Amino acid sequence: MFKNMMSWIEYRLPFMDKMNLHVVQYPAPKNFNFWYFFGSLAILVLVNQILTGVWLTMNYVPSAEGAFASVEYIMRDVEYGWLLRYMHSTGASAFFVVVYLHMLRGMMYGSYQKPRELLWIFGMLIFLVLMAEAFMGYMLPWGQMSYWGAQVIISIFGVIPFVGDDLTLWIRGDYVISGATLNRFFALHVIALPLVLVILVFLHIMALHEVGSNNPDGIDIKRDNDGSVEQTAADKKFTFHQYFTRGGKKIIVDAIPFHPYYTVKDLVGVAGFLLIFAFVIFFAPEGGGYFLEKPNFEVANPMKTPDHIAPVWYFTPFYAILRAIPDPLLGAVAMFAAIIALALLPWIDRGTVRSVRYRCELHRWNLVVFCISFVALGVLGVLPATPTYTLFSQFFSFTYFAFFGLLWLYSKNEKTKPLPVRLT
Amino acid sequence: MMRTLLSAVALLASSLAIAAGPSIPLDKAPVDLRDQASLQNGAKLFQNYCLGCHQMQYQRYSRTFKDLGIPEDLGMEHLMFTGEKLGDHITNSMPADYAQTSFGVLPPDLTNVARVRGADWVYTYLRTFYVDESRPFGVNNKVFPLVGMPHVLQELQGVPYRAYETRLVDGQPTEVYVGIRTDGSGELSTEEYDRAVGDLVNYLVYSGEPSKLESHALGIKVMIFLLIFFVLAYFLKKEYWKDVE
Amino acid sequence: MSNAPVDHGRRRFLTIATSVVGGVGAIGVAVPFIASWNPSERAKQAGAAVSADISKLEPGQLIRVEWRGKPVWIVKRTEQMLAQLAETEDRLRDPGSEVEQQPAYAQNRHRSIKPEILVAVGICTHLGCSPTYLPDDFAAQTEGIRSGFFCPCHGSKFDMAGRVFQGVPAPANLVIPPYMYVDDNTILIGEDEGTV
Repeated sequence: MFKNMMSWIEYRLPFMDKMNLHVVQYPAPKNFNFWYFFGSLAILVLVNQILTGVWLTMNYVPSAEGAFASVEYIMRDVEYGWLLRYMHSTGASAFFVVVYLHMLRGMMYGSYQKPRELLWIFGMLIFLVLMAEAFMGYMLPWGQMSYWGAQVIISIFGVIPFVGDDLTLWIRGDYVISGATLNRFFALHVIALPLVLVILVFLHIMALHEVGSNNPDGIDIKRDNDGSVEQTAADKKFTFHQYFTRGGKKIIVDAIPFHPYYTVKDLVGVAGFLLIFAFVIFFAPEGGGYFLEKPNFEVANPMKTPDHIAPVWYFTPFYAILRAIPDPLLGAVAMFAAIIALALLPWIDRGTVRSVRYRCELHRWNLVVFCISFVALGVLGVLPATPTYTLFSQFFSFTYFAFFGLLWLYSKNEKTKPLPVRLT
Repeated sequence: MMRTLLSAVALLASSLAIAAGPSIPLDKAPVDLRDQASLQNGAKLFQNYCLGCHQMQYQRYSRTFKDLGIPEDLGMEHLMFTGEKLGDHITNSMPADYAQTSFGVLPPDLTNVARVRGADWVYTYLRTFYVDESRPFGVNNKVFPLVGMPHVLQELQGVPYRAYETRLVDGQPTEVYVGIRTDGSGELSTEEYDRAVGDLVNYLVYSGEPSKLESHALGIKVMIFLLIFFVLAYFLKKEYWKDVE
Repeated sequence: MSNAPVDHGRRRFLTIATSVVGGVGAIGVAVPFIASWNPSERAKQAGAAVSADISKLEPGQLIRVEWRGKPVWIVKRTEQMLAQLAETEDRLRDPGSEVEQQPAYAQNRHRSIKPEILVAVGICTHLGCSPTYLPDDFAAQTEGIRSGFFCPCHGSKFDMAGRVFQGVPAPANLVIPPYMYVDDNTILIGEDEGTV
């Protein structure tokens, strides 16, 4: 009876087949390390954000008059409202931690290289939408930082020649940031952008499963079935979906089915992540003043600017680049270029060896300097723009962009180490 | 290149240390959310000295009574003055335009003040008023220069003034600020006053986040649960991966 | 690659244990989401017990108190009104208040704690209109009965204890809310000894 029903459904919508294709018989390289936890963690955080977000919407009042009080209402009057709110606010920061580490993984192991360029582009689009989503979400509590942070970021659009002023006016829908701005940001934050985000995540995963997962060695697990590589007994142990062997034209080596091997492994990652996540939620929800900034516990006041305005930490690397350049227009251009440069990595990197393990020494150091630059810019973006700090920001902005320039130069005729035949 | 980088990082770190901070070091506020006697005294001080001008408009009387272990009838008798209902928010009826003309600004709501300013700031602020006849209310403040608020706790503290001592700085005798002293006219001794302010700050820390104790209690259970889950997941993974390794 | 045989017992145990603990975790996560739908402190505050001062209530007079957004009547019944309660009983649908429309302490002929004071939710049990109090003119609706409540919406009729008459659309007696006497002149509506 049950079996009949299942096959009735399967005939019309091959659910079990898709499950096999994407989960149970999906070949994943057997050598995923720590850095491969962050993809599944990003999905976990996305689900957390959607669920807690929907629940917060049930009590949040999107108006300049009611927003701040409604957040306090959630924190004080709604049963477990404080928990739902902290899960959401901590989730926002956790999302960026996870996504930044996920991107770093891609850079270390060359996961953006051919044939994964489109996968990388979808990822960058997710990152962009996520930044917009976070920015608009941060405005909703209508605290002092919500207000003035939004003021600063919206003004960035004002530097665009000719249309800048009209554009900022149009974005705000008012001469200052007001209830009109709050309401449109609310609509985008809770409906439009999450929808786009979910679609992009779907496309990201589809694009991944089409080309297959990269791995720390950066070599393929699908090889031509021409006798150049032999399958070992271990390779023949598992069944993979026939889609991946392309009708026998390919053989799969050093791979294991995603389920159960990586589902149980990701479960360990999830548990470890949740330990840290729960600790922040229950014991340090302000994240030292970086996840929930102090001035944001005070209601927005257009008449009074806080002593020091800094965007939330996940924007500060780019914000520091913006401030590093004295000319506002060039600063904004540099900031967007910093993101565009990441998106163009598949074409900036002209090498064919993916993993940092087998690339030249210079590449290793280039990556290290890039990471230091990114973190340093993040720190500098939080600090007030004194002349000394500006000098530092300029230095690290330079090293940030130098990464891409150097990569483009040395990757053409790079002296790489020999690649192994099989995964290590 | 590595050396330039390292020196740059060192320089950055050292300049971080002197990054923006208050003009005088802040004293550590004695915050203990489990000390209900302290919280109750803080609530009493708030109702008597702060509520006249400042509100705590997001907090309800009933919540304060419940969390601080104050019986409702006693609370209504001693902490509610103008016939509010138990479930009402802790507000005053000072008209906004009156506040505007008296103080130049609307006195800020104090529900979250300890989260906005930090407990140590509030603790130090309330203990560093000093006589300054040039100010409209006759007092100034060490951590909040040119403050636009009278020293409402003066009847408790006494008249405070800045004390200086002559000390040798670089071999030169110099007048150095050594703290606030009072003329002894207050109802409380210095230690008692510090304790009273500590209680008030404790209450303000509570009011900023009434769910904090509940959060910590639940947090410990969740962490223990997650630890168990982590261990199980770890062994489950090891068991399955015997197939692979 | 180990070729040791798989220990199915251990594997099954760990799978089940992890699933059970994970399931408990999922239920735990659901708790705040479900609990947040309970009435908030604001709703509870709006629904809190209200007290009414009855020291100035004249015999025959009705006052209205708002409790949980509904009108609650407090009527001081006269001797004549109380006497009349016994006379109406053969024409009532539920003279003994068998249907649970009142706390146990109000399941009596006068449907109240003190016989002369009636406390009732002034909402018709038919479709939710608020009936009209007719202290002297009820006979026009029901022959021989001087006082009662008449619902203008669909003509339901209730006697001076809020008991419904036969042959009207309303199916049940008026609701008596939980209440208690704080002192002789103060009634607390919404709370009684059982709920404190």
